[in-house]
Amino acid sequence: MQASEIRALFAVASRPEVVSLAGGMPFVQALNMELMAETVGRLLRERGAVALQYGSGQGDVALREQILEVMADVKVSAHPDDIVVTTGSQMALDLVTRVFCDPGDVVLVEAPSYVGALGVFRAYECDVVHVAMDDQGLSPVALEEAITALAAQGRKAKMLYTIPSFHNPAGVTQGQDRRTEILAIAQRAGVLLLEDDPYGLLGFEGEPPAAIRSHDEEGVIYLGSFSKTIASGLRVGWAVAPHGVREKLVLAAESAVLCPSNYSQLTISEYLSTQPWREQIKAYRELYRERRDALLESLEQLMPPGTSWTTPAGGFYSWVTLPHGLDAKAMLPRAVSALVAYVPGTGFYVNGQGHEHMRLSYCYPEPERIREGVRRLAGVIEGELEIAATFGTSSALHADSGSSTPESNVPAPNLQ
Amino acid sequence: MSSYLVLSGGLSPERDVSLRSGRRVAEALRLAGDAEVREADVDLSLITLLRTHRPDCVIPLLHGAAGEDGALRDVLTSLGLPYVGSTGESARLAFDKPVAKTLLARAGVSTPAAVALPHATFRELGATEVLAGIRELLGLPLIVKPTKGGSALGASLVKSAEEFPSAMVGAFAYSDVALMEQCIVGTEVAISVLDTDEGPVALPPVEIVPQAEIYDYNARYTAGTTEFFVPARVPSDIAAECGRVALLAHEVLGLRDWSRTDVIVDASGTPWFLETNAAPGMTETSLFPQSLHAAGLSLGDAVLRLVDRARSRG
Repeated sequence: MQASEIRALFAVASRPEVVSLAGGMPFVQALNMELMAETVGRLLRERGAVALQYGSGQGDVALREQILEVMADVKVSAHPDDIVVTTGSQMALDLVTRVFCDPGDVVLVEAPSYVGALGVFRAYECDVVHVAMDDQGLSPVALEEAITALAAQGRKAKMLYTIPSFHNPAGVTQGQDRRTEILAIAQRAGVLLLEDDPYGLLGFEGEPPAAIRSHDEEGVIYLGSFSKTIASGLRVGWAVAPHGVREKLVLAAESAVLCPSNYSQLTISEYLSTQPWREQIKAYRELYRERRDALLESLEQLMPPGTSWTTPAGGFYSWVTLPHGLDAKAMLPRAVSALVAYVPGTGFYVNGQGHEHMRLSYCYPEPERIREGVRRLAGVIEGELEIAATFGTSSALHADSGSSTPESNVPAPNLQ
Repeated sequence: MSSYLVLSGGLSPERDVSLRSGRRVAEALRLAGDAEVREADVDLSLITLLRTHRPDCVIPLLHGAAGEDGALRDVLTSLGLPYVGSTGESARLAFDKPVAKTLLARAGVSTPAAVALPHATFRELGATEVLAGIRELLGLPLIVKPTKGGSALGASLVKSAEEFPSAMVGAFAYSDVALMEQCIVGTEVAISVLDTDEGPVALPPVEIVPQAEIYDYNARYTAGTTEFFVPARVPSDIAAECGRVALLAHEVLGLRDWSRTDVIVDASGTPWFLETNAAPGMTETSLFPQSLHAAGLSLGDAVLRLVDRARSRG
């Protein structure tokens, strides 16, 4: 199946009849809109001429200080000057890659990895190497092996990209020992560690996990975002990077956008100053926890034998492994006909792997819709098992043209 | 001022194509005439919209089921609304590939040998045996496709026995019945037909040369992946014969207003009928608009003429 066929199927998923477990949109409806309206109104009345004007390429100073307060929850401490505010952390990811990576440079990523990152690395012609994960995230053993294998070829990785908390798409989280081990390996090998932490404050139990960077700043760039804790539409994220790197990032940012949106930044700054933002994050957490529970309970009740999935402790996603021989990508048309959508695992690998997996998101639909979606999905998997039994299961089922890119296997960001 | 309603979208896998067709036709209609042109999706609010706004004419541009299997058209008929395009009954005949092939074969048109089987047959009789039998009967290469579907979704080329099972799985992902058809080597040609007051007319044929092995979904809708030659680079007598086949298909299937017939012209110049589309695509890369353009007609004018015909039908 070609990439554009997948995009065609996701076009159907935007219809309300389809239960979409494919999107990644945060449930911004849970924001207290009255408070947000108050915030924006006050901002424009009191500082409109500043909010609607160009700002600094590095980002608003007051906001950078407030970001320190937010990051304190994941134990990252830094100087406001170490922070570069960007148009979403996606932009920070792009800038870091632009500044650090030359065509042909090796970037190590988890297997699977966030499709937005894969797209950036591809755009800059990096050579992406997937490294295995287990139920605790990136495997240190696999990481060492990957680095050693590269060295044997006379090559060295430039960067390691990791999402340690509530991974997109895998739903797993690195424990603290794991984080220090991974960091030590990266530092020994002279590999820059790019830590992407959009979901860090959206764990469902206990304290937010301490960031990798909280253990040691050396060789680590930390990416943060307000997309899931406040609102994705505001497009405000940031990078924490040492002085030399930061200067280059600011120059690159200025050449890309001149400056991040002052309006969005000051909205967030005003919001953080005057509104109970921690309460809002708590409200989000509870909402997402309820939806996660709806997903996990219904998976447990309804999935055919041979299906397995990860149990996310936060964030938006669970990673499902289909019964042996089934192909999530080939199954998608059948699913869409049955009015349920998911993202095939192939969207999260550069090497064509991932056919036996799918990512299910629980961030957007209400719990009852999630249950209905899983019910439909169970029927689809059973139908596919029947087809597979009829025609025989084999790797020949993975009839890929080889020309599809990961990002063409996933929906656009605004699919629910 | 007249008011027209373009229907597009729907729930089929061709939704995206349909939305693009709808947008293009709506824009063309607005430019061509002095009418109010609205666009609507086919969903729970449609019937209410049709009842309250009573457009002077509906232009359904749904592709795939509901659009092409006649269901929507029957609903429009029951509401007493004029619409452009074939009746539900005829659309159903065209949409079902084996049925269309049978009707054309009876009318003396060459069509590749084929077998259509539901998934259940493979389950009950054993896939290996059935596939072997089909290979013996039809030989390889074969084209496998869903019997009801469009835009080549679920279609694939089978060159070896090993590729056969996965091709079947791909087709059955879109439909309960799959068509396995001999692959004719030759020139792929699409002939659009437009009904006029003087009767149906075959527009200049389009020759299709995809970069890929077959004219699949990607080749159809991604700009730059396929070369088109209008008129097709075939001798004029063969072009005329292609036109005759398309007009015959339009007549035999009882179609109305517009259609597009796809054929493969073999080395001896014989056009082999593949299928007829009662709701041809109208996107930027679609074939019908290219034929119109080659005939010196604008999409907006052509649709307006069909709207007038539909309205006079009552």
